[in-house]
Formats: sequence, C-alpha cells, structure tokens
Amino acid sequence: MRIDIPVSEETIRSLKVGDEVELYGTIVTARDAGHKLMVEERPKFIEPFIKDGAIYHCGPVMKKRGKKWQVVAAGPTTSIREEPYEAKVMEDYGVRVVIGKGGMGKDTLAACKRLGGVYLHAVGGAAILAADAITQIKDVFMLDEFGVPEAFWICEVSGFKAVVTMDAKGRSLHKKVLTRSKKQLKSQLGD
Amino acid sequence: MRHHFLELIRRAATVLPADVTAALRSAAKREAPGSAAKAALSDVLRNCELAASSSRPLCQDTGTNLWQVYLPQSFSQVKVKSEILAATKAATKKAYLRPNAVDPVTGQNTGDNTGIGAPVVHFHEWTRKAVVADLLLKGGGSENVSALYALPHQGLGAGRDLEGVRKVVLDAVFNAQGKGCGPAVIGVGIGGDRATSMLEAKEQLFRLLNDKNADPTLAKLERKLLKQCNALEIGPMGFGGATTVLGVKIGKRHRLPASYFVAVAYLCWAARRASVTITGKGASFSEESEIAKTQIQPKKGRR
Repeated sequence: MRIDIPVSEETIRSLKVGDEVELYGTIVTARDAGHKLMVEERPKFIEPFIKDGAIYHCGPVMKKRGKKWQVVAAGPTTSIREEPYEAKVMEDYGVRVVIGKGGMGKDTLAACKRLGGVYLHAVGGAAILAADAITQIKDVFMLDEFGVPEAFWICEVSGFKAVVTMDAKGRSLHKKVLTRSKKQLKSQLGD
Repeated sequence: MRHHFLELIRRAATVLPADVTAALRSAAKREAPGSAAKAALSDVLRNCELAASSSRPLCQDTGTNLWQVYLPQSFSQVKVKSEILAATKAATKKAYLRPNAVDPVTGQNTGDNTGIGAPVVHFHEWTRKAVVADLLLKGGGSENVSALYALPHQGLGAGRDLEGVRKVVLDAVFNAQGKGCGPAVIGVGIGGDRATSMLEAKEQLFRLLNDKNADPTLAKLERKLLKQCNALEIGPMGFGGATTVLGVKIGKRHRLPASYFVAVAYLCWAARRASVTITGKGASFSEESEIAKTQIQPKKGRR
C-alpha cells in the first residue's frame, strides 16, 4: 500500500497490523539525542518536517560529495530506547508515523490509538535497501552537536518499505509474539 | 600493513560470511510462505548481495570493532596498533564504517572511530611467522540485549550447573525479543569473572556456524539450546516464526569457587567477521578466524 507523507489521520487509522506499506515523501531521522532534545527543549526547527509526518529511528552512514550529503547505509535502529519520549514527541509535534525496528511499548501504543499514529517496522540491518529508497538528503540539523548517527537528517524517500506492527486500534504484533514466546519459555524452563 | 587492515575492515563491513549467508538462506526456506518473517529474510539476503557488489556497509551500524591480532615474537604491538588505528580512520573516511566512538561524558563523537578503548584490540604473541588479524563487527542493538548472569538465579530456578546455563541462555534470548535484529548467533561464556566471561562469549562469535564444539558436553548443549531457542518462535526481527537463532556457541573458563558467571553475547544476523594473514609474500583473506580453528582442534589450543 502506498502512503504519501504528510499523511492524514484517516489514512493512518485505516492501517492495520500486518499491512505492508511503501512510503513516499519526507521522513526525518531521529534517535536518542534527538528525542531527548525534542522532549526537553522542544525545538521549533524540526516541526515543519514532522507535522503529520514520519520519524525514522536511524543513525545512517553518510558521505559528503562536494557540498552534498549522500546516504550510504541507513537501516533502522532499535526503537524501544525512545519509548520514554515517543508519546510526547508524537503529541507535541503531530507525528503520525514512527519507523524503526524491534517495536515499542505501551505508552507509544496508547499514543498511536489516542492521536492516530502507527508504528512501522523496517527490516533491521537491511541498510542498503533502506538507503536506496532515500532519493535525496534535503537538509540536516544538529550535525555538529550530535555527530552523524544522531543528527536529524531530512530524507526524501521513494518506495521505502516497512510493515505495520503497531496500529491505531491498539494492536501490536510485538505484544502478541511476546505473549506466545513467554508461554514457550515457561514450558522450556520446566523441562 | 595499513592497507591490508583497511581491506580487512572493508570486507568485514560489506561482505557477510558464506556460512552466515547459507544459514539465512535455509532459514528463509523454513518460514511460512507470505509471512513477514520470510519477507524480512529475503530482504536481508538481497540487501547483502547489493552491499557486497557495491562495497557499502551491509548494516549502517558498523558496531564495536573487535580485533584479535596474533603477532610473531619480533613484532611491536605499538606499531601494529598504530597501523590498525590508521586503517580505522581511513575506513571511516571511505564510509566503510560509521563514526561510532562517542564520549559518554561530553557526548562528542570523535568522528573517526578511534577513542578511549576504541577500537578494541587484543594482542597475542605466537611462534608462527605470519601476522594474523581477525575482526568482528558487532552492532549496538545486539550488544544492548546481551546479558550477564550470576548463578544461582532464583527467579529462573537456575543453579550452578549446565542446566542452569541452559535456563539463563533461554531467558536472555526471550528478553531480546526482536530488539537485537535476529535471527541471532548466541555466544555463551561460562565461568571466568565478570569481564572474562563476556570476553569468552564474544570470542565464541568468531566461530563458524557449521562447526562442532570440541567439547562433547558443550556440543550437546549447543544443539539442545539451538532447538529450544527456536521453539520460542520469536522469529526473524521478532515477527514470529521458526528461526530465532542461527547458532549457539559455548566456551568455558575456569572460575573462582565463589563465582559462576554465564555471559550471553547476542549477535545480530549481520554476523560480520573477516580474517587476514600477512606474510612477507603479501596478504590473504578468509572468513575463518584463529579462534574458529582452535575451537575445533583442541590440541593446538591457543591458551
């Protein structure tokens, strides 16, 4: 399913766990330092890029060719580290799509339900596929302060693939897998 | 030596070892048609083909660079270390490595992957005339879900024996869920102290997936844990599915009577390792490390 960003609340609420999507438009990388900054200082510069938009948990490998940045490798990083911040970031900035890997916790899931948001899982480690879907680096913020992996990279994407694993109805694939594997673990420990 | 080390880094970052690729291929066959797990594995395999053919890092997190370097008696560690640092800086400039060394106090990234304790280099002197360097790149996501247990562990009912080891390894893999980019390779270090048990666990990650532990008791436990980890059905990426781990590799070190540590080193599917042998005639590269060789040939043990 094709999703254009910025995206409407209605479109997001129509997505369900298991849907495969392809993103077109602008996505913004943000990870640990970026989330901390957004919650503690609420900077305005990032707002126009993520309102009704997408945050991508990613610390890319970048290369500078002349004055232009080129993306070399850009797979997702583990999302759960942003769990203490994400719900507030979604609410404060109007973020509708959070992309990463490994899934997120109950606060983010509740925020998806309440605000009309969705969590998309990209394939962890598949950095070349992700990089090749980024057609252009439009801008970068906090590069000097945070360094390459932690900076906000404003990326134009075309056909960026991901799977819905947490939806606006409050369903989570991660919760389901956790419950099932817990049952399996219990039986193995009693073995 | 510098350019050989640079080439070693390039290979480690851009080419997935053949044994890992083969394991991922057979894992992809086991997953249900149309499942997210199968799609993820086929994306992973395609990603690696593209990375190798274009000499780009197959994962953006080029991780902790763990070096094991074997030197003839006349070689200077200081000089070889400075060659490794120079190669590391050059590899970062060429974007084979992401700048990954961050000062935990100031938050500053050094920008070139060198810093206090970075990269991690262990030297070993030996009687051979060649220099051998083995390199493992271990991503941060997988490092974050690695774990250290002190037995007994009451909550898990894990005592100070191999049955206790089995229980805590399963617990660690369960706790990792999809956060460490599975299917994983699990390195286990039994014994030692808090530092060396984890070192042992990480050294196990240098082994080839299809090898067999020289210790029959540990070999049996490896096979059992492989089966039981996969029975958790966490699956690739935590999507649910048949393959949660690709291999379990277990090593041991003598412990104090008072201590019984079990370190579990979780390595993502991007199990990036490479090896170079440098002699007067030049360099030859391989995917089989010295640790891999000694583990299956105990008589030539390195310790």
